[in-house]
Amino acid sequence: MTLLDVAGLRTEFATPTRAVAAVDGLSFQLRPGEILGLVGESGSGKTVACRSLLRLLPSRRARIAAGTVMFENRDLMRLSEAEMRVVRGRDIAMIFQNPASHLDPVFTVGDLIAEPLIWHFGESRRAARKRAVELLRQVGIPDPAGQIERYPHQFSGGMKQRVMIAAALACEPKILLADEPTTALDVTVQAQILRLLLDLRDRTGLAIVLVTHDIGVVAETCDSVVVLYSGRVMECGGTQDVLTRPRHPYTRGLLDSLPTTAARGAELPSISGYPPPLDRLPQGCRFHPRCRFAIDRCRREPIELETVDDGHASACVRWREVMEVGP
Amino acid sequence: MAVSELHTPRRLAKLHERLGEPPRLVYIGAAAVAFWFVVAVFAPFIAPYDPIAQDLRTTLSPPSWAHPLGTDNFGRDVLSRIIFGTRLDLEMGILGVLFPFLIGITLGAFAGYFGGIVDTLLMRLLDVTIAFPYFVLVIAIIAILGPGVSSFYISVALVGWVSYARLVRAEMLVLREQDYVMACRALGFGHLRTMLRHMLPNAIIPAVVFSMTDVVIVILLGSSLSYLGLGAQPPTPEWGVMVADGQNFITRAWWITFFPGVAIVLAALSFSLFADGLAEWLGVQE
Amino acid sequence: MNDLLVDVRDLSVRYTLSRSFADLLRRKPGRELAAVDGAHLAIRKGEAVGLVGESGSGKSSLGRALLRLTPATGEVRFDGTDVLRQDRRSLLAYRKRAQMVFQDPLASLNPRFKVGEALAEVLRVHRLTRREEIPGRVAALLDTVGLDTEFADRRPRGLSGGQCQRVGIARALAVEPEFIIADEPVSALDLSIQAQILNLFLRLQREMQLTMLFISHDLGVVHHLCQRVAVMYLGRIVEEGPADEIFYHPKHPYTQSLVEAMPRVEFPKGRRELPRLEGEPPSPADKPPGCAFHPRCPHVMDACRQDPPPSIRRVGAAATACHLYPETEKA
Repeated sequence: MTLLDVAGLRTEFATPTRAVAAVDGLSFQLRPGEILGLVGESGSGKTVACRSLLRLLPSRRARIAAGTVMFENRDLMRLSEAEMRVVRGRDIAMIFQNPASHLDPVFTVGDLIAEPLIWHFGESRRAARKRAVELLRQVGIPDPAGQIERYPHQFSGGMKQRVMIAAALACEPKILLADEPTTALDVTVQAQILRLLLDLRDRTGLAIVLVTHDIGVVAETCDSVVVLYSGRVMECGGTQDVLTRPRHPYTRGLLDSLPTTAARGAELPSISGYPPPLDRLPQGCRFHPRCRFAIDRCRREPIELETVDDGHASACVRWREVMEVGP
Repeated sequence: MAVSELHTPRRLAKLHERLGEPPRLVYIGAAAVAFWFVVAVFAPFIAPYDPIAQDLRTTLSPPSWAHPLGTDNFGRDVLSRIIFGTRLDLEMGILGVLFPFLIGITLGAFAGYFGGIVDTLLMRLLDVTIAFPYFVLVIAIIAILGPGVSSFYISVALVGWVSYARLVRAEMLVLREQDYVMACRALGFGHLRTMLRHMLPNAIIPAVVFSMTDVVIVILLGSSLSYLGLGAQPPTPEWGVMVADGQNFITRAWWITFFPGVAIVLAALSFSLFADGLAEWLGVQE
Repeated sequence: MNDLLVDVRDLSVRYTLSRSFADLLRRKPGRELAAVDGAHLAIRKGEAVGLVGESGSGKSSLGRALLRLTPATGEVRFDGTDVLRQDRRSLLAYRKRAQMVFQDPLASLNPRFKVGEALAEVLRVHRLTRREEIPGRVAALLDTVGLDTEFADRRPRGLSGGQCQRVGIARALAVEPEFIIADEPVSALDLSIQAQILNLFLRLQREMQLTMLFISHDLGVVHHLCQRVAVMYLGRIVEEGPADEIFYHPKHPYTQSLVEAMPRVEFPKGRRELPRLEGEPPSPADKPPGCAFHPRCPHVMDACRQDPPPSIRRVGAAATACHLYPETEKA
């Protein structure tokens, strides 16, 4: 059973001369209780993709040009803005990298968590506050009843992230979109937050789309992964499949770039060059200028995703060779 | 050195290269400002009459072909007086800004860079200065020094530096925390090099933009003081003086006061346009 | 050990917190915050030492104190002379021998200066190169860090993060230093770019026998690059030793939890339990009594709550400051 079905999503940004696609042809399916990783470097379009799902685009110059996002037999891209507001927060909630700037500083955390309940379900303030205490307990905040009168700035970074998660979970959404939720945190605190997300999934069957640049985080938490580069899907599939038997040179390159996989002090077989700016994308496969497997065809035409194994697809014409040289 | 370099064409060309095409407002403003400079420089060629030559046969004559903006009570041509007045008014506007600008950015840079006791002393001095209303303080200083244009420059410099010092100090405080300033220290660069070459050019932009607005304020101030008899003295052609002289005849000969007033407004508008354009181009919030 | 290049003894960096006006009137002394609290660290010639810690651990303050970019007390001996007590002239000479690479590649470059101008200025200030040879030397520096000569005419704003960081490294190398302090030089970079820069550091170390202090929050990066690693928590070095020892056999409970918390690409997982370390580091202005780590420590004992941990001492191949390892234990 599929909870969220994204097909051919394309988000464009208008430049003075033409429109450039920050996300181009993104497709994936999300099952209940699944954690899916959207992984990519800066400029890969992972954050834009995530926001496009809720149609929360960063500027007026951005628009969703094509694609469908099916959720409970409805295409979210075709809903009216009023219908969309009901979906946001109630069915699909979102958390961000920087809780400090996404939690309104003039409200107590109790009010922050209670507000979506009052807004979406018309609950009484009292009932909502009671539920807020319960939610704070669920996300692992000690002494929740004593905390709801405090303000966000009185919490540490990790605790703020927990508060944001609690607020996101208030309406018991079916899907949580998490945009780099641990990037701003220290490693030990990151581990706590990731554990919390895993616990929530196990307890409530919440499905999570986890946007991150950290392959380690993907390996620790995600069931499946979509690897993005310059707005295009390079490879997708089960996490273990993709990360242990990568079929795309980019995924391979990322894994090789990890200092922990190489011998200590050895040269890392990194990817040469830099990602292209959005307004100067290369012809053909967007990765080809940095790819050591590139052939003429890669320079000529865009490469489509091809199924390489059960539930595992790669957008590389030479995926067999990539696999053979792999460890 | 760094300051003067900022104004050379080479630097401006670099500015252009870095910031891209300036908005149209900059060109319009620059053209308007340039107009007044042309008028000031070529005054003897443009003006139809001698600005102080009296002609008692044509006193208080209304605008006509011979005297497009009329004549005053001494029969002097109002247009010629306005044209020559441009010289003094521009000079007051520019020098009246230049001195406070130089004093302000120097003090502000030192205070922001070194902090500590230097900063504390400067800020107290600044507090004392702004505790008095601007206009009152300027008049008080002129009263001590005696009326005249040089007193005007001195008093404006003593009072006007505070705005520049504050702007530059605030920028320097932000820049001081930047990694590249830390890098300057790590690289063994001296205080003056770090401050003048690396920080000041980045800290000065808001002050430059403000100085354009300030020209407007100072021109108005200069005219007002002359009107009060504390600035330029008659018979020097100066817009404020002309307005003052004309007011006795306001019911019979409106043109004597009206046209110099228009000149003041237009000049102020020109600099203000230019300031707005610069602010937009350089991304400064006022 | 006469091959010691940097010897840090009992180094502390204290900041005074700003006082409120009322406190000033009451003549209450300003509260002090010890960002670094009595750190000892020794770096041998040609060695790369990693300094690891989370935010607020004081690792950056320590790095800056070594270059006298922030006031500090204690001793920093560089090749035998105490850097903290040098006069201006010898300080300038010291900065010819010790350099720094910064975290934010773009912010560490003056936006007004072209890359070539920025490098040339360093050469001029230190009178390292004859005027006519400067362009050649700039080109050589750019080549060392893997940038084309044409970058000399570019401005920082037109460069990517990785390119900026290469320029930052070239600028540090311009004075031909023996010792480089790199403060989180790759944490702002994407993974593939990070790998390129790490390779560059490895090459520089190999080819120029640079001595390095590499500051990072990422234990994996530090382990890859450095021969020895020191771990900081709330201003103190809690463990120090050979990189492999720290990475594979950490002794201090904090180091253990750092290693455990590192997300890894390892399969099969069998759902490896993510570590159970609770809580977050408190503010350095508000340190717990006893051992600063005790509120989060899974092995906490009574002694930890009351007594500060013993000074750092050898445990096996490494050294640690922890009540768990009593004085009697010898390697």
